[in-house]
Amino acid sequence: METLRKFEKVWEIIDQNGRDSSRLIPILQAVQAEYRYLPEEILTFIATSVGISPARVFGVATFYSLFTLKPKGKYHIRVCNGTACHVKRSMDLHNALQKKLNLRDEKDTTDDMLFTLETVNCLGACGLAPAMVVNEEVYGQLTPERANEIIDDIINAEAHNEQDTHRL
Amino acid sequence: MNENDFLIVDNKEIPIEGEQNLLELIRKAKIDLPTFCYHSELSVYGACRLCMVYVEGMGLVPACSTPPSPSMNVKTNTEDIRKMRKIIVELLLANHSQSCPTCQKSTTCQLQALARRLGITEIRFKNQSKNIPVDDSSPSIVRDPNKCVLCGDCVRICSEVQSVGAIDFAHRGANTMVIPSFGKDLDKVECVNCGQCARICPTGALTPKSEVDEVWKVIHDPNKMVVAQIAPAVRVALGEIFGMEPGVTTTGQTAAALRAIGFNRVFDTSFTADLTVIEESNEFIKRIQKNEFIPQFTSCCPAWVKFVEQYYPEFVHNLSSCRSPQQMFGALSKEILAAQTGKKREDIVVVSIMPCTAKKFEAKRPEFIHDGVRDVDHVITTQELGRMIEEAGLNFRELDPESFNLPFGFKTGAGVIFGNSGGVSEAVLRYVTEKLTGEKRESYEFTSTRGENGIREIKISLAGKEFSLATVSGLGNARQVLEKIKSGQAFYDFVEVMACPGGCVGGAGQPVFTNPVVRQKRTKGIYENDRMLELHKSQDNPYINELYTSFLGEVGGHKAHELLHTGYKSRKRIADEGMSLSSSDGEQTIEVNVCFGTGCFLKGAQKLLRDILVHIDTEQLGDKVSVSASFCFEMCEKGPVIRVGDKVIEGCTLEKAALAIEEERQKVLGDKTVNSMQ
Repeated sequence: METLRKFEKVWEIIDQNGRDSSRLIPILQAVQAEYRYLPEEILTFIATSVGISPARVFGVATFYSLFTLKPKGKYHIRVCNGTACHVKRSMDLHNALQKKLNLRDEKDTTDDMLFTLETVNCLGACGLAPAMVVNEEVYGQLTPERANEIIDDIINAEAHNEQDTHRL
Repeated sequence: MNENDFLIVDNKEIPIEGEQNLLELIRKAKIDLPTFCYHSELSVYGACRLCMVYVEGMGLVPACSTPPSPSMNVKTNTEDIRKMRKIIVELLLANHSQSCPTCQKSTTCQLQALARRLGITEIRFKNQSKNIPVDDSSPSIVRDPNKCVLCGDCVRICSEVQSVGAIDFAHRGANTMVIPSFGKDLDKVECVNCGQCARICPTGALTPKSEVDEVWKVIHDPNKMVVAQIAPAVRVALGEIFGMEPGVTTTGQTAAALRAIGFNRVFDTSFTADLTVIEESNEFIKRIQKNEFIPQFTSCCPAWVKFVEQYYPEFVHNLSSCRSPQQMFGALSKEILAAQTGKKREDIVVVSIMPCTAKKFEAKRPEFIHDGVRDVDHVITTQELGRMIEEAGLNFRELDPESFNLPFGFKTGAGVIFGNSGGVSEAVLRYVTEKLTGEKRESYEFTSTRGENGIREIKISLAGKEFSLATVSGLGNARQVLEKIKSGQAFYDFVEVMACPGGCVGGAGQPVFTNPVVRQKRTKGIYENDRMLELHKSQDNPYINELYTSFLGEVGGHKAHELLHTGYKSRKRIADEGMSLSSSDGEQTIEVNVCFGTGCFLKGAQKLLRDILVHIDTEQLGDKVSVSASFCFEMCEKGPVIRVGDKVIEGCTLEKAALAIEEERQKVLGDKTVNSMQ
């Protein structure tokens, strides 16, 4: 039923935007907010609904880096690699997290779909360099050790949640 | 703008006569400004930057997207511009798979031609070619991204002219590519195989798929009898490959060349075009009398047929059930030649020579394969025949002309004009007028079907009845006409559609051309062919009449239906899995698929889906039934549509769905019992 709810939400979004192809980007943004990524079949669906070819929708979805066609983890970690963070050795942070989460450049999401690790070019928080953002939470003046601790905290919190759900 | 307005191009006064951009004006001044992305038939894109010119007071501007204004002073060959052009081409080459000698487009490639023209003898930049896999999944077109210059010509012709949009730009910056949706293979998406992208592609990034090697193989096999059929449009274009003018008829040399290459029989697809006229006209007369499935759509063009199957399933029964002349030829010649020569069907190999890439797809359609043997074994394009003639070392222009073999080499002019947009309509009119009035007519031409417009309407009065016809070329135009028919804005009795602008003469298998004048000359050549022939009406073809009396029997009869007709059904645009909404983990799963296309949605698919899910929940069928939503079954007029197992239910309600699920469940249970008993 959860899938159906999301699917109906897609309909709502398309209708709210008047099935208008010039509203494609707002539609994609809203759909991504719902699914956390843009599933292929939903994109085809959007294309037929607004009357443009799926190839064009795919083109738009791949052009903007804010759109993603791959499912992202529950926790989306973005390590800043702008100039200020870079000179403060942000790549050390990134490498440490990669190692901890057993990720590589070509594999940025953990198998349990808990974490996605990416770099961004500037968060605009240069005063806090090196910085990273986990979902909406900003962490500044990090060291690789501190970054690892943050991850551990999340993993622990998740494990507790799980136990709670089981107890219920 | 004033009549006497002019501007200056390279110190010469050039009058402004309604040109939309500087490029057209400069070309009028007889200066061939280079460009990849400008075509008069497409929108202005301004991507390749090769047409940059210097305008006094404005600096460097792209000529294709700059409107001319009086007293502009334009320079096209300053030192800066020359340097810049070279750099652009060098940069393109640095990104390019430089495999010119082995490329299909070699000698017709515009990048190659430009490099030579600009005197580029070395590339100062390091080669960045990435070795991306080539997509040869389609039966018609090969896509080699390593040769793409990102001019966007293919993207625009596919969406603007054909209204299909099977390929588009994806990704960004250095990673930009022109690909089908989701990076799928071309045969998995809505491509109709018309190949116009390959015609307009300036490089070897999109090319017709070659079957030359397979054809040589059967020719060298002594056990095979290899039979050629040549489409009408080939005869007025093949000569271009050997330096002849477009539109010059080379039927005699072509027949001679095919025999020299090793074909055992040389026939003419125009013969079965004559046959198509008879069958299709009688089908038309019957439909008019019964007043069903009007308008009748022609079905000779396989790209158009696929287009209807994908986008307008409600019209599939309006398509004439006649096979295309190519497929009629395949079925008929195999049947008759096998009987005459005692050879097995699989040892008679039919090779068609077509102006078309979609014909390659058509020949491989499952309807036209019997016991694993295709009615038409191989389809080669005009270009490919040109290459075979070159490979055989034949001096095409000097060959002594020969004639086609009988009986399938004998045609009337009606069969030849199939090569043009409007030809089928005219040929049908030549038949229907005499059939309906019962009188022989002296004249034969219906010039109102001819012309350059993509949509032409013809009104004609026959035997006291008004008929309304439309001849359409270009699928974008076809879409316009279909929408008008759908909304009731237009009414026609007969609609002819050819996917390629101008019809088959402008097909993607023809020698490469970008100037529409070439196509016009070919069209002229086709009508000259018609005029030169002794007979102009299919019903006058003595070999066709003989074929009916000795072999086929009645027009539209049993034998004719078996060999000359076919059926069509709706087709999914994109091969995809539906959206899974509830999946069972049981062993025996019943698949329920709910269509969520626009039509079905408006007819209540959403509520139906919800009801079905609730039903499955309350009946505790969760472990036996999987439910998914598909984006469109293309049966929009019958919505809401669902599929339970293999069964499609139109106008579905919860009751109907529940019943079908129950039936399917009983069937599964039944199978199980049978299995356990065994």
